[in-house]
Amino acid sequence: MTTRLEKRFAQLKGEGRAAFITFITAGDPDFDTTLSVLKGLPAAGADVIELGMPFTDPMADGPAIQASTQRALRNGARMTKTLELVRLFRESDAETPIVLMGYYNPIYHMGVDIFLAKAIDAGVDGLIVVDLPPEEDDELCEPAIKAGLNFIRLATPTTDDRRLPAVLANTSGFVYYVSINGITGSASPQARNVADAVARIKRHTSLPVAVGFGIRTPEQAAEIARTADGAVVGSAIVDAIAHEIDGNGNVKPGAVERVLGFVRSLADGVHTARAAAAE
Amino acid sequence: MELVREKVASVSASKANSFRSGPDERGRFGIFGGRFVAETLMPLVLDLDKAYTAAKADPAFQAEIDFMQRDYVGRPSPLYLAERLTEYFGGAKVYLKRDELNHTGSHKINNCLGQILLARRMGKTRIIAETGAGQHGVATATVCARFGLPCVIYMGTTDIERQKPNVFRMKLLGAEVVPVTSGTGTLKDAMNEALRDWVTNVENTYYLIGTVAGPHPYPAMVRDFQSIIGEETKTQMMEREGRLPDSLVACIGGGSNAMGLFHPFLDDPSVKIYGVEAAGRGIETGEHCASLKGGAPGVLHGNRTYLLQDDDGQIKDGHSISAGLDYPGIGPEHAWLHETGRAEYVSATDQEALAAFQLCSKLEGIIPALEPAHALAFVTKIAPTLPKDHLMVMNMCGRGDKDVFAVADHLGVTL
Repeated sequence: MTTRLEKRFAQLKGEGRAAFITFITAGDPDFDTTLSVLKGLPAAGADVIELGMPFTDPMADGPAIQASTQRALRNGARMTKTLELVRLFRESDAETPIVLMGYYNPIYHMGVDIFLAKAIDAGVDGLIVVDLPPEEDDELCEPAIKAGLNFIRLATPTTDDRRLPAVLANTSGFVYYVSINGITGSASPQARNVADAVARIKRHTSLPVAVGFGIRTPEQAAEIARTADGAVVGSAIVDAIAHEIDGNGNVKPGAVERVLGFVRSLADGVHTARAAAAE
Repeated sequence: MELVREKVASVSASKANSFRSGPDERGRFGIFGGRFVAETLMPLVLDLDKAYTAAKADPAFQAEIDFMQRDYVGRPSPLYLAERLTEYFGGAKVYLKRDELNHTGSHKINNCLGQILLARRMGKTRIIAETGAGQHGVATATVCARFGLPCVIYMGTTDIERQKPNVFRMKLLGAEVVPVTSGTGTLKDAMNEALRDWVTNVENTYYLIGTVAGPHPYPAMVRDFQSIIGEETKTQMMEREGRLPDSLVACIGGGSNAMGLFHPFLDDPSVKIYGVEAAGRGIETGEHCASLKGGAPGVLHGNRTYLLQDDDGQIKDGHSISAGLDYPGIGPEHAWLHETGRAEYVSATDQEALAAFQLCSKLEGIIPALEPAHALAFVTKIAPTLPKDHLMVMNMCGRGDKDVFAVADHLGVTL
């Protein structure tokens, strides 16, 4: 069975361009705003959507995503609502892959089998669960793959050649290369190091390799897109959403359009990267 | 002394179903424990496991720890018969294991010493740690000063406010104290921030976890370093009374002092084991830190264990008068001992702990930390109901100097 993710990466490869992967937190700052942004992302150039499942203790995330999680939880975000967002998105978009990203506890608390059934029913395509390394594959990774979802693993600068095969063994959809040692939204990666790392991972797998952590501008996104199969932008978009909240915690008028405008500028960076390089 | 050792060994003769053989190779005690960490940290956690396994087997490593435990920490700590408390309760004979007499004033130094020596063996040049009450922070800052390593301590802003003396001590010892504002600014948030530091500074940094929690091998390693408490207790009780104690009592936040006291006795079925969680304003109010009584299994900070959480799997902030017990989880080995029934977990409220704090100060001339005051609160309830030949050991795991300002505040006294 070919998944939406596999189809999307195959299509992009055919077009000779990299995937632009966007991250937003479900329910940040509220359900309706997320739904509007979510529905507008494909038209703004997002090829793959990562939707953050809010968790009180996002240990691998920097201040931007921590704050987004807290805003979402304050405004009533919970796992069932995250899945509801996906379901509503799917009513108008059958093609754009959605990957849920977050931490294991809310999934474990719901029950792995129940979660997988609900996620598939809602139209989720893949999972990224930060605190489940290959050593814990029987927890969620193996059941998820069996149920037909992609399980996307993070590879990092500390993942050496000895460890890489274990990390890639049960990875599907794409490989998410974390370009720096650190938390989300911190230092920006060096393009050359990233190119080397992508090449190293590609020696071990035929899966597409997307790169994230620390990409904030269209220029940086373009630079990454020249060497990787995808560029992930999270904190910068989440920051753009944060800027649309006024002092009383209300969303400013026109917020969704401005956020999507920023997304479009990043998408243009990614989508024209290789064409610009070829000139 | 030799005879005593032999007798102890025979009493603890290994059994087919030992409670002391965990964790398994995946770092699990039953379903609890494990290695639930981000990929960036996974190679470090595996390295640590390898380094610790090698160190454990190296007599030179153990000799170094033994020397420092004796000459720097001041071990063995006494096993003291609390005559006036015993008389007051009119029941069980109550012994206090005096780990509050250790250098730095708590049991935390036992673990810090082991881990700093390990960090040196691993060639690490920077130490980070989280702290709640500040006792682990002080112990970490102390060993870092002793071995000349830079030290960064993450501490929640709420805890900084209620544990000012320890914050100043850490600074005197040369540590940098980083205030953590996220969440409720307590131990859980400090641990998140320490993990974020570690994931950023993987090359040179050693994360010195202060309790029996975190990814494998931390729960087992910290337990091993703290087991000196129980080992000494066993020997001292045999010398003193010629037999094993009938019961052990210790307070539990993450549970390191309790695990250290309990572990050497797990295969002695005659020894009853009680862990005392912090009931805060009362379990029924929801404002407490009793993960076993009021929580459910979940995954946080690298391990599966009982956690305070809501019906969406979001972690709830605990409450306790004691900063050292203010943690929404518990070490995975305790979760397992709870489920197997080998240890019994009970709780004591803020008010009960405050009463025990004053009682111990007045009757024994020992001002306990608020953490072991919870253990004593349970002793206060159970000791009067037990026969006079019942031997009870309570771990006095810390002294109360750090708490005098906070206690005065709670008692309405202006200093």
